Amino acid sequence: MTPIAAWGRLSADPHHVSRLNHPSGVPDLLRHASHSGIAHGMGRSYGDVCLNPEGTLWITTGLDHFIAFDSESGRLVCESGVLLRDIQRMVIPRGWILPVTPGSQLVTVGGAIANDVHGKNHHVVGSFGDHIRRITLVRTDGEIINCGPDEHAEWFAATVGGLGLTGVITQAEIQLHRVVGPWLDTETVPYANLDQFFQLADSSEADWEHTVSWIDCIGGSDGRGLFMRANSADVADRPVNEGRKLTIPFVPPVSLVNRISLRAFNTAYYHFKKWRSGRNITHYEPFFYPLDNLLEWNRMYGPKGFFQYQSVVPRNGGHAAIHAMLKEIARSHDGSFLAVLKTFGNRQPVGMLSFPQPGVTLALDFPNNGIRTHRLLERLDAIVHDAGGRIYPAKDARMPRELFERGYPRLTEFMQYRDPGISSGLSRRLMGY
Amino acid sequence: MNTKQRIVIIGATSAIAEHCARLWLQKRPTELTLVGRDARRIERVATDLKVRCPQSEIRIVQAEFLDPAAIATITGDIVDSGRIDIVLIAHGSLPEQAACQNDLRSCYDAIEINGVSPVLYAEAFAKKMANNNHGTIALIGSVAGDRGRKSNYVYGAAKGLVARYAEGLQHRFAGTGVKVVLIKPGPTDTPMTAHLKDNGAKLASVEVVAKQIVEGVEAGKPVIYTPAKWQLIMMIIRNLPAFIFNKMDI
Repeated sequence: MTPIAAWGRLSADPHHVSRLNHPSGVPDLLRHASHSGIAHGMGRSYGDVCLNPEGTLWITTGLDHFIAFDSESGRLVCESGVLLRDIQRMVIPRGWILPVTPGSQLVTVGGAIANDVHGKNHHVVGSFGDHIRRITLVRTDGEIINCGPDEHAEWFAATVGGLGLTGVITQAEIQLHRVVGPWLDTETVPYANLDQFFQLADSSEADWEHTVSWIDCIGGSDGRGLFMRANSADVADRPVNEGRKLTIPFVPPVSLVNRISLRAFNTAYYHFKKWRSGRNITHYEPFFYPLDNLLEWNRMYGPKGFFQYQSVVPRNGGHAAIHAMLKEIARSHDGSFLAVLKTFGNRQPVGMLSFPQPGVTLALDFPNNGIRTHRLLERLDAIVHDAGGRIYPAKDARMPRELFERGYPRLTEFMQYRDPGISSGLSRRLMGY
Repeated sequence: MNTKQRIVIIGATSAIAEHCARLWLQKRPTELTLVGRDARRIERVATDLKVRCPQSEIRIVQAEFLDPAAIATITGDIVDSGRIDIVLIAHGSLPEQAACQNDLRSCYDAIEINGVSPVLYAEAFAKKMANNNHGTIALIGSVAGDRGRKSNYVYGAAKGLVARYAEGLQHRFAGTGVKVVLIKPGPTDTPMTAHLKDNGAKLASVEVVAKQIVEGVEAGKPVIYTPAKWQLIMMIIRNLPAFIFNKMDI
């Protein structure tokens, strides 16, 4: 057995590791599995959705082959372990781009589907599952199910955002979008408080494809921050400055993100970016994936790891809920560096357990300070609960089962599609098995 | 006139070889010949490479790895279709040392596939490249071939055979247009070493290893240790006196 941690590094429990190296071998391998398992790609989800302590992880990164790409229609077929990075680098020079991408491109296609990830353009194009045309799903009894929006649509709705629990995704077909080149026309606008944020968000949705904001959650509960928006730029050829890759080389004995460093970090970041605000032409990689060049950045939270907390609350009452959460955080002095605030579009997600819903989403990170952090997160839970919101399972390691059940009303329907041979830390914690 | 570079890969479904192919094709369109035993697996590799680089021409050859006559025919066919720039000989399998000790058949098979077969392929290509006075023969050896260790000396012996062979070939072609490159990867994260990973071994990323191989081959380095730290580690291991070495559990 091998100790494996998720991206939040909260624990490193022992797992049996089994690599999936060839799609045709997957049905047999799953049928003969001696423990329950869960598919595991790059392990970029933060909590226990990609873990299965004492059980098996089926590592999918060996399923990294492209199968077909039609440069006329933009349809891409690939195995599920292909990285979004490899897709972007292959298709952008040919005039196509992934319509949806999360904040890291070092994730697999299978993981992006299973967590129905979203990006900064959710208000325009929805989430990852909205662009999937077909999924090949292998069940642990060896059955192969091909599903899509028009084919076994119920299996498709269960599998998109299905947290890997309906079977192992081995292949997918994705509809890409047209793009001129890798460049974005970006603008950074500082805002002083939440009212200004919501005004900026609402006025930007019609004209800007990508919107996101960084919020300084310890500068006071007013919520000053930086609003970033972008459209793809009509410039094709510009010299690309290959970003330098830096690695956090070891796990520091204590979290580098703490009460003292955070205030300095956040103040400096706010003022530096405010000074540099305005229009710019930016390459898509630093805009979409600001942390991908800082390899192993999760180590900076020290040996105890960190929690991510991403919630979405409906717009009706959302302003007050976000305000209340920021106030709680400021009061706790525990704050967060990677605090992201964004409005979602008004479309219903494809998956039964997809996270995005109409409203406003706040993502936060907290170094793990044990009971103190748990207490703070419980106070945030109460606010999310009262506002009728929900928490993103891909980032969660501790939400109460009751909040999960309240937040995901299609859970009972989803349970019929679960694969009895598949289990994860999260599924045992939140669904009983 | 055809200006595409021509590359031949023996053992094209090896993870290291496949990642080298991805890098070569990313640099420029290539006429690539993939040689392997399992037709369906090579097909998967070829399809992927074709999507990545549609301007490349990719040919598949299903081949026998152990029969000298078959090897001669296959290499003859490949060479007859044009001048080759690079041949990468990458096939092999990591045997269990215990199996090799308990069963002479396993021992024989391990030496044959990891030692004899790569040499036969290299020798067949060497003859043709000598005629053209052009091309690079790159052989994947292993750090395991640098000094015999109790945990995998049968595999190590086969890779050592490849190393000594490459050395001779380098001597033979010194000062000519033919280059010989011996690649010595450390333990790399591939399907071949999957069982090591489950035992908690730290393995190098196959992408990094492939990048260093492609760069080393382009530079015509005679020996490539990858990751580079293995050059130092193996220098120490090779030079340890027996009374210390024999006490080590490696």
